[in-house]
Amino acid sequence: MIGAGHAGLAASHFLGERSLDHVVLERGEPANSWRHERWDSLRLLTPNWQSRLPAGVGYEGDDPDGYMSAGDVVELIERFASSTGAPVRTQCNVTSVRHVDDGYRVRTSQGEVRARAVVIASGACNRPAVAGFADAIPESVRQLTPFEYRNPDQLPDGGVLVVGASATGVQLAAELQRSGRSVTLSVGEHVRLPRTYRGRDVMWWMDASGIWDQRHDEVEDLARARRLPSPQLVGSAERATLDLNVLAARGVELVGRWGSVRDGQALFSGGLRNVFALADLKLTRLLDSFDEWARAAGLDPELDPPERFAPTEAPRSPRWRIDLRSGEIRTVVWATGFRPDYRWLDVPVLDAKGHLRHDGGVVERPGLYALGLPVLRRRKSTFIYGIEDDAREVTDELGEYLAGRRPAQGKRPASANGSGPSKDPRPHLEPFVQVRALDDRVTP
Amino acid sequence: MPTAVDNGVNVQALLDARDALAGAPEAAQFSWRATSKWQNGVHSTTTIQNFFGLGEEQSHKTETVFDADHPAVFAAEDNGITPIEYLLVGLSSCLIGGVASVAQNRGIQLRSVEATVEGSHDIRGILGDTDVRNGYNDITVNFKIDADASDREIEALVAQSQKRSAVFDALTNPTEVTVNVG
Repeated sequence: MIGAGHAGLAASHFLGERSLDHVVLERGEPANSWRHERWDSLRLLTPNWQSRLPAGVGYEGDDPDGYMSAGDVVELIERFASSTGAPVRTQCNVTSVRHVDDGYRVRTSQGEVRARAVVIASGACNRPAVAGFADAIPESVRQLTPFEYRNPDQLPDGGVLVVGASATGVQLAAELQRSGRSVTLSVGEHVRLPRTYRGRDVMWWMDASGIWDQRHDEVEDLARARRLPSPQLVGSAERATLDLNVLAARGVELVGRWGSVRDGQALFSGGLRNVFALADLKLTRLLDSFDEWARAAGLDPELDPPERFAPTEAPRSPRWRIDLRSGEIRTVVWATGFRPDYRWLDVPVLDAKGHLRHDGGVVERPGLYALGLPVLRRRKSTFIYGIEDDAREVTDELGEYLAGRRPAQGKRPASANGSGPSKDPRPHLEPFVQVRALDDRVTP
Repeated sequence: MPTAVDNGVNVQALLDARDALAGAPEAAQFSWRATSKWQNGVHSTTTIQNFFGLGEEQSHKTETVFDADHPAVFAAEDNGITPIEYLLVGLSSCLIGGVASVAQNRGIQLRSVEATVEGSHDIRGILGDTDVRNGYNDITVNFKIDADASDREIEALVAQSQKRSAVFDALTNPTEVTVNVG
């Protein structure tokens, strides 16, 4: 196992159940990214009752509807590691994984490990994505990624340009605005969600209606589903919605997707209204499908009445140009998504865009597996509680492989695209499927 | 029903092309070309026939010639529309093509689609007032669509067509332009 986050430890738990000899290699300590790569105020997007792991380990407090801090997640993952007795080798950085005749040769900062099978559980968010034109930003403007950002005190006084309006971007924009700074938010395509709908957390709806359980081979366009950015949500005690209307009402200035820097000027897309329209349409379709599902499930009596939210209001004339040399913007905060880092993986299993080629976590090389990636086997795959089903199934396949019953994963047919619409008897899930190609890249 | 819908767009060919090009990004590199010749005054003719794509030289079935000029209020002879109006031609035709394609893909039968495009332009910029930009201040497109679909489905068609439009992107985002002489 490479990585002692919730994914690697869940895989370890299931391998342990099968009495399969294994080791979990961890560059730092368990839950390392939760210790070192999260800002201070971060809370999970999922409510506490969803923070559960295999072996019955989960949230134990008295606020099931609250949201864990990064520290709470560290505590949860540590508790899970000790309850399962996972064989974790800490401070053990993997520098190379190579396919050799009888398996894999893994080089680490603590020497070499040989393994018949390797599970890549190093996470999907190893490196913050930054636009290609970042070099063209004048040096007088400080640039920060979410890995470096901790709290507003770190930033110089003055205006902040937050780039990207997914979960990270809207949360940091709100926090920086509250700190008294003037905040401009560059908005590309995004997923708008209310925190609660008809009295329930939106994550309850996603879970109960079956959307989160939708399997990767049922998803109409898997490549798109895997690129979906995180929704505009924040976990707060008030369970408040944090969409662009809320931010604009607090004084955050909305501008289009950041296209380039020319002569010290930041140039933003003039297509802001359309990204609002796309997100509003998708939100309405999703809520329609929630209502349909609730009616069919007979839940209407126990839920608040259906509601619809005001369309995202476009600024009258959004700016498409800001002079970065004028001093108006002192800091740029990149909230343009994250990428996995496979520089240590010396096995040719990445596609042209640097993503791991896999079918439900089974990589195209015998004995190589992955866990904890977006829509790995289900829409919930990257959530903490989404790991259990994935880890069980992937380690089942791994066990079969080691037992010699599954010799050639590499020849399994890809079930990704073009498998046709699912014949799923569950409620109408199209609205979420139709959230198309919503990556929040800032470079064309 | 999708099978009965015919907007005249071969969506299958487009989807097949997308799949094929995913594995051959070099074949997806196209170059579009136009050649313009000064005639007289601000009148020019632009000829378009050849382009490059799918790894080789390609050709339209006929050559097309466009006249560009300025109207009489610009003290010109009005042998053709102004260059900035050609941008409107590009934008509305691109969006309409997108609406038809997306409708076909979503199984929506179109009966009529009309777009009117209006660009507001302060011409003091091109006359030398440096406080005014040369190009459009803003562009508004109004669609009238008659189709077998709900209002919301039609809105979604129009939104998706903007999302996938080459000209909408080219107008709303900056593009590096290099002009050489010689």
